[in-house]
Amino acid sequence: MEQSWKQAKAVFAGALGPPLFWLVLFFLVPLAIVWAYSFGHNNGLVDIAITGTFKNYARAIEPLYLKIFVKSAWVAAITTGLCLVIGFPVALAITFASEKAKTWLLLLIMLPFWTNLLIRTYALIAVLRTEGYVNMGLEWIWKGGGLVGALLGLQPIGDYRPLELLHNNFAVVLGLVYVHLPFMVLPLYSALDRLDKSLLEASLDLGAGHIRTLFKVVVPLALPGIASGVLITFIPALGAYLTPDLLGGPDSQMIANVIERQFKRANDWPFGAALSFLLMYLTFIAIAVQAVLSRKAPEAK
Amino acid sequence: MSTITQRGLQRAGLNRRSMLTATGAAAIGLTFTACGPKSAPAQPGVEEAKLNFYNWDTYIGDTTLADFKAATGVEVNMSLFATNDELFAKLKAGNPGFDVVVPSNEFVTRMGQAGMLEVLDHAKIPNIKNIDPAFMNPDYDPGRKFSMPYTWLVLGIGYRKSKVKGVPDSWKYLFDSDQYKGKIALLSESADLIRLSAKYKGHSVNNIPPELVAEIEKMLIKQKPFIKAFHDDNGQDMLASGDVDLVLEYNGDIAQVMKEDPDLDFVVPKEGSLINSDTLCIPKGAPRPDNAHKFINYLLDGAAGAEISKTILYPTPNAAAKALMPDAYRNNPVIFPPLEIMAKCEYGAFEGAEKASLYEEVITRVRAA
Repeated sequence: MEQSWKQAKAVFAGALGPPLFWLVLFFLVPLAIVWAYSFGHNNGLVDIAITGTFKNYARAIEPLYLKIFVKSAWVAAITTGLCLVIGFPVALAITFASEKAKTWLLLLIMLPFWTNLLIRTYALIAVLRTEGYVNMGLEWIWKGGGLVGALLGLQPIGDYRPLELLHNNFAVVLGLVYVHLPFMVLPLYSALDRLDKSLLEASLDLGAGHIRTLFKVVVPLALPGIASGVLITFIPALGAYLTPDLLGGPDSQMIANVIERQFKRANDWPFGAALSFLLMYLTFIAIAVQAVLSRKAPEAK
Repeated sequence: MSTITQRGLQRAGLNRRSMLTATGAAAIGLTFTACGPKSAPAQPGVEEAKLNFYNWDTYIGDTTLADFKAATGVEVNMSLFATNDELFAKLKAGNPGFDVVVPSNEFVTRMGQAGMLEVLDHAKIPNIKNIDPAFMNPDYDPGRKFSMPYTWLVLGIGYRKSKVKGVPDSWKYLFDSDQYKGKIALLSESADLIRLSAKYKGHSVNNIPPELVAEIEKMLIKQKPFIKAFHDDNGQDMLASGDVDLVLEYNGDIAQVMKEDPDLDFVVPKEGSLINSDTLCIPKGAPRPDNAHKFINYLLDGAAGAEISKTILYPTPNAAAKALMPDAYRNNPVIFPPLEIMAKCEYGAFEGAEKASLYEEVITRVRAA
């Protein structure tokens, strides 16, 4: 039977000690300092006085910054929704693939993580820019079509006008979906893989079509997986910083960009800290919602 | 409540580096290697033959560091920063071991006021005689107490000649006109944007009154739909790749891409512009101040300065180095814009932390509008 941890205190302490030490020193302590900063103000150029003021939070919930929070949440929600719509069929396909293919498919999903995010984002710039690969490809097709048309004696179709794919909100969402798709596919896959396949057979045998089986049987059973996929896609997308900075246009700023500027250009760490913690509270709310959802899911059975 | 100061934190063994990691700001993708522990000299007066140099990227001659080692035996360990704010933030909580840093003009004032810079000993820098006298007594550092000029640079409009009618010699084309809509990229530096807009409105870049700031905000909000992007000092790449036709950039950056694409050009608008100057300083608490003085003196040498200018193509304030450069550099109107235009350019002064925060909020509003 299970051994009580009391019988092996030394082993328990030895196993728990290093990670706990790591967590406290490199996560909780710095976080506590930033939290303390959020109740302070700049005192001269290099010092921050912690005075317990709520001024930073009052400024952080001004309409200007609330609007940016809402916009960030909106962009993150669209990203998460697209990831779910694209990721679900992918996860389903992996689940029903043969054992050998499964390994390869999962490897393909994880492969992008082997390359640095910054490099992948720059690669996207090269693909999307005005003289990028997408526009070059389309121009080639356009010219080819024009040539065929001319041979057939049709009117010339005019010059190719490159699509504006970069430096707008479309590019930001595309970049975020591209980056976060694996975060969605992996938990969905692990939920779908555990699914009892006989339930699907029963549903199909008893007359439900494929679509109906999907929405009435598969989706409800995979709900906890969907919820955790949504959560771990939404949270990093909400705090996205690099993608809107590099792919976005003049109005694509997200809250993380504003926070970054407080710590750097504006040199206003207390205000930046307050904004960071507001973002963190939002994250906690998202986690709480997920916890409630996943508790409800088994009851629904 | 007790008062925690960042200096206090530093004593407790927490430096900015762990803070950076906590805030995720280190995730920008830059590596930082020279944050070695402070190594005190073995004996007072004798320094080990090493030097930690904190510099901008692509901002030193190809062979400069090796030449310096050959001349003095001192090995230079160079690490890079991308913005003045990064430099300031890194030194804010105490010097992690740098001997020479390269802040821009405004930050020399700021860091000097914050007590983050060492006073230079001019007697140890005989090559000071090489510096063009015009650069010897700037407002941002009267009498060159803390800084020696390394380069200077001016903001202007880089443009693609085949796509632009005539010469876009006014800030109007960037800030107040839809003539090139969707083909404009602006530098994402809040203070620079507001200061140059003030220049366009006929005001100085400094002491901008609040009414004018409000007017500039309105103008930029109106202009925003015509702007393609705010770039992080990579405007020359956006221009070279055809993403935009007009870009707010530094002359040196445009001069670098003009070598490869003859269709590009650069103009300092007729209203005048902002000049910046990057300078060599010794941060407070530098472990090897003697080597630091030696290194600064070496960089101000004529031949060494020419080697640097050959690589980076920024204007040099070093008269001896300029004299050694080929005509293609000395007479390049991009690197050295006409004097009558330069006379209308100003340095942006450091006007307090409040102002920086205010300008930041104005641009946040513009981008959120």
